[in-house]
Amino acid sequence: MKDYFFQDTVGKPMDRVDGRQKVTGAAKYSAEYELPNMAHAVLVGSTIARGSIKSIDTKRAENAPGVLAVLHYQNSIKVPGYVQEAHPTEPKPAGKPLQVFIDNQIHFNDQPIAVVVADTLERAMYAAKLVKVQYNVEKHATDFHQNVSKAVLPTVAKRNPKHGLNDYVRGKEDAYKTEPLKIESEYVIPTEFHNPMELQSIIAHWEADNKLTVYDKTQAVIGTQNAFAKDWGIPVQNVKVIATYVGGAFGNGLHTWPHETAAIIAAKKVNRPVKLMLTREQMFTMVGYRPHAWQKVGMSATKDGKITAITHEAIGQTSSYEEFTESTLQQTRMMYTSPNVTTRYRILPLNVSTPIWMRGPGEATGAFALECALDEMAYVIGMDPLEFRLINHTDKDPEKNLPWSTKYLKEAMQMGAEKIGWRKRQLQPGMVKNGEWLVGYGMGVGTFGANRGRAKVKATLHKDGTLVMQSATTDIGPGTGTAMVQIAAQNLGLPPEKIVFELGSSLYPPSPSQGGSATVATVGSAVHAVCQVLKKRLTSMVAGNSDTSFKGATVENLTFKDGYVSLTASPSARLSFGDILKQQNLPELEVTEESSPDASLRQKYSMYSYSVHFAEVQVHPLTGQIRVTNMVSCADAGTIINAKTAGNQMIGGAVGGIGMALTEGAIMDHRFGRYVTKDLAEYHVPVHADAPNISSLFVNKPDLINNPNGTKGIGEIAIIGVAPAIANAIFNATGKRIRELPITPDKLMMV
Amino acid sequence: MPQDKFPDQHLPEGEGGQAQHSDARRTFLKQSSLLTALALAPPAALKAAELKFEEKVAAVFEQVKVTLGINGKKQKLSIEPRTTLLDLLREQLHLTGTKKGCDYGQCGACTVHVDGQRVLSCLTLAAMADGKEITTIEGLANGDKLHPMQEAFIKHDGFQCGYCTPGQIMSAVACIKEGHADSDDEIREYMSGNICRCGAYPNIVNAIKEVKNGGHKV
Repeated sequence: MKDYFFQDTVGKPMDRVDGRQKVTGAAKYSAEYELPNMAHAVLVGSTIARGSIKSIDTKRAENAPGVLAVLHYQNSIKVPGYVQEAHPTEPKPAGKPLQVFIDNQIHFNDQPIAVVVADTLERAMYAAKLVKVQYNVEKHATDFHQNVSKAVLPTVAKRNPKHGLNDYVRGKEDAYKTEPLKIESEYVIPTEFHNPMELQSIIAHWEADNKLTVYDKTQAVIGTQNAFAKDWGIPVQNVKVIATYVGGAFGNGLHTWPHETAAIIAAKKVNRPVKLMLTREQMFTMVGYRPHAWQKVGMSATKDGKITAITHEAIGQTSSYEEFTESTLQQTRMMYTSPNVTTRYRILPLNVSTPIWMRGPGEATGAFALECALDEMAYVIGMDPLEFRLINHTDKDPEKNLPWSTKYLKEAMQMGAEKIGWRKRQLQPGMVKNGEWLVGYGMGVGTFGANRGRAKVKATLHKDGTLVMQSATTDIGPGTGTAMVQIAAQNLGLPPEKIVFELGSSLYPPSPSQGGSATVATVGSAVHAVCQVLKKRLTSMVAGNSDTSFKGATVENLTFKDGYVSLTASPSARLSFGDILKQQNLPELEVTEESSPDASLRQKYSMYSYSVHFAEVQVHPLTGQIRVTNMVSCADAGTIINAKTAGNQMIGGAVGGIGMALTEGAIMDHRFGRYVTKDLAEYHVPVHADAPNISSLFVNKPDLINNPNGTKGIGEIAIIGVAPAIANAIFNATGKRIRELPITPDKLMMV
Repeated sequence: MPQDKFPDQHLPEGEGGQAQHSDARRTFLKQSSLLTALALAPPAALKAAELKFEEKVAAVFEQVKVTLGINGKKQKLSIEPRTTLLDLLREQLHLTGTKKGCDYGQCGACTVHVDGQRVLSCLTLAAMADGKEITTIEGLANGDKLHPMQEAFIKHDGFQCGYCTPGQIMSAVACIKEGHADSDDEIREYMSGNICRCGAYPNIVNAIKEVKNGGHKV
């Protein structure tokens, strides 16, 4: 088994197939296409958090030089799909994405209320500042803690008692309360923003009255295509979505946002292609965020380290107009062997914009509380937290009562503990020093569903021996094209340099969004399938060949290597893929295959990826300055297709986790319901100086129950568990337990 | 060619150009007087003029003529004074390798070299770069041969999504030239103006170290 997965191409640290485009500036992101007669659009945002527009004066803006249109709820083209749903005799739509320019209602501060279109960017920016708006102001609610009592069970859970977001009890409810050795702690995560480096952008181009092309920053080309076709009441095939390069997203490209429709409306109105790029401030208000969350964990354990009960509660923020939920508590149900587990999840609607999954999504939020609580519990019973986790390791899924497809978390823990030097850690905090700095070690575990969806890949083998594959997936950074090329190279026996994988266009066969760490399992399986069919087709061609040595050949007794087919028994007789096609007078061989997960296997097995993160921190006792000095991130993510890009993804998750733990957090001025942290000078994402050496290690054992390539996702588990590892290390260094992120020096010094 | 976008506005160097500049200044003064007159007019007259007011203010913003050396080629351009070097490169010259990540000088994605120094093009008015040599990511390679820093970024996978990459590379080249790449910590400090949200920082540091230690000419 092992040989198969580690020969040839799969696993190799191959350079990215699009590396050259990215280092030369040739890679084109959504705002970078040149269209004739293109106009520029700039959004005007509301300056109140709740109320309605009393009057909107656009005269000065309209008369400013170069302005082509100023559109708002009074004069905007009504999106047909919107109008239907907002019929005046029907109740206002509830639980729907924000519909732009539909009425005068204001739901959050900086809600897009007008779009200014001009012939140049400078002119559009200037004119946008001339739009004057008066409001009827209503009292807004934006302060999470003041409104926390208004949290509710999500509607999806209310409607369906079997929905996973309902309250969950295994064993006895809240059993920890009556146990002698217990902890009970509250944890807070502030709103965090994805802030990919590429600003959200779209070029909207109506090529005909009912034919729309968008160059859009999205993680889902097919999802975006369907959404716009429905909005505008035009056939799906009349909407083309291009997202060849996506400059990061981390989840905020998983939703269609108001600015996209604003640009499409504008393009229709001025009858020109329109480019709209959000400003960095607008990235904080218009394209989602990781929701502010409050959590409480109660836990009890025996003196010898057996967890007896866990209760985990969470409340996550959402908007007043759309219910956003995430899987914050899932891991608490399956991660540890506790016989008694209770979880309760609620959401809190506020006058803010809607959140969206941000890397690791709810699991990263949940892991912060659960993994800190584990550390607290281990400390109470005086046990090493690694040993405590090993004792409570689940060998099967206690929630679903199913075996794991694969689980190599213990191996990952051993690798990581050795690499970080866990033995240097002392049970008592503050015992290890480096000069005047206090040194601490901490760990955190992450898990995320090893998801897989349905995808279709078209492959065309040309007579020059090159293979071109196409699928409508995207690559927001992990290196999807590179991984797909490696999977095809491995499965077809063709050198990777002869393979091209094209993605990011709705013209290609459908794939789901790039989200939920599912791309390689999903699209990679379709690549695997298409390669198997290509091999069969090539085999039947050579078997019917006049060259008698191949007569009656089967896939099993042939070897496919380096672009040649040979008889395994006598390798000297070989034919190149191209020659096989030429003999058949075929210019090319085209195959399209779809691959879906096996539903019956998903009934029999529980499938998860796992990570464990180890952090070494140093804390200055007088200033509270915190430095992460070393990090080791280990993953059980099945087969690793590309050691280089997979390792990079783990490193990136660790850096994101450093941000979560130490620097990132929204601050809102609740008098206005407006963020004070509105740009990258106020909202601190980690910079070079914040990132230490980070080692990423993989168990690298295939999960063939999940998919034929044996992969499990990496993107989410790379960040899930990092923040608690750092928080736990800070406790180990200082004896101070900070349960509200980010852990800034002021919080540390106030304890 | 990008400069063909403004064929009528090319200026001869020297006296003629200066004369036109002076004319422009005179026009500005004239129009300023008109504005003053408007401001002093009775409200009714102001009301009547209101619709044209913005147009007149804007007319005062005459185009300025600049000559920029961009990736080794001299370009004579006519631009609005408020146009940033970043927007000039991206929106008018279609050199989109230079990225807009914040427009406030906070992220480094727009880093270019101006006369060999790393500069944030979003904080630089294009007019301020008149007569200067600008190198963007598109001008870093020698034809098909990549710059050693570009090679090193590919080898060490110093990026994921690729959006910050041109800025990181331009900054990295300058970081070595400035003599600020003598240790990991020094590289981290002097590269901290370039944010990589994908978090490829350790790989970027390795790429810079390789170029520095490889004795490549940057």
